[in-house]
Amino acid sequence: MEEHNCQHLLGELSAYIEGEASEALCAEIREHLAGCEDCQAVVDTLRKTIQLYHTLPQPDLTEAARQRLFRTLDLESFLK
Amino acid sequence: MADVEDEKALVDRLRAGDKTACAQCVELNAPGIYRLALRMLGDEAEAEDVVQETFLSAFKSIDGFEWRSSLKTWLYRIATNVALMRLRRKTPLSVSVELPEEEGAETVPTQLFDWCCLPEHDFATTEAKTELEAAIRALPEKLRAVFVLRELEGLSGEETAQALGVSIENVKTRLHRARLWLRERLAGYFTELAHTHEEG
Repeated sequence: MEEHNCQHLLGELSAYIEGEASEALCAEIREHLAGCEDCQAVVDTLRKTIQLYHTLPQPDLTEAARQRLFRTLDLESFLK
Repeated sequence: MADVEDEKALVDRLRAGDKTACAQCVELNAPGIYRLALRMLGDEAEAEDVVQETFLSAFKSIDGFEWRSSLKTWLYRIATNVALMRLRRKTPLSVSVELPEEEGAETVPTQLFDWCCLPEHDFATTEAKTELEAAIRALPEKLRAVFVLRELEGLSGEETAQALGVSIENVKTRLHRARLWLRERLAGYFTELAHTHEEG
């Protein structure tokens, strides 16, 4: 596959992965991926990257920080 | 519709200076704003300061809230601006001079090894998670703001655009670049891990 085609499709990969690309574009990308190992690797690892950050634990505001916040905002009487 | 009505009632009470409404608003929104600030700044104490500053500013200027977005998105907008100002105070030159270039930097893939099929436990290690957290912290700031709001806080494209004062198209472009940027950065770590397995 020609390199410029890789570059052209690169900008569409998020839409492709999220299922937001048009049917015609999906077909073009699938056809390109079938013959381009490098782009297939980018798609696979991009998907994996998205999956990984979606499973990251979310940091919590600690109870001590919450209490400090309520005090600063003069809302101490609402602390449970 | 009930949510919208609830939010309108909450804003009316905030405008009237109702302390119970202020406490309710903080309980509802502080955890998300804290996560946003922590992902933007990478420092717990600073993130806490951003949360405080956000609510102080919001309660002071609630009369200026014009329903161009939801209350939550408006709060995220204030918090993002506070966090970005802090980042710019830390690195004023790099932000003003390198911004146009940094947005596009490292988004063209150069790491082309397919590491997606490593054993699942390799992705679940503390080391792998630390690597990912570090990669997110290292995202160029304009990509980071979009990434955190859209992907980690779950705002819609429209809400993210409202929070940052940019177009939805711009959100899509920056999010795509952020994903490619993270992929490239993680590729270094996971490719090396895959080669270590091959050698072993």
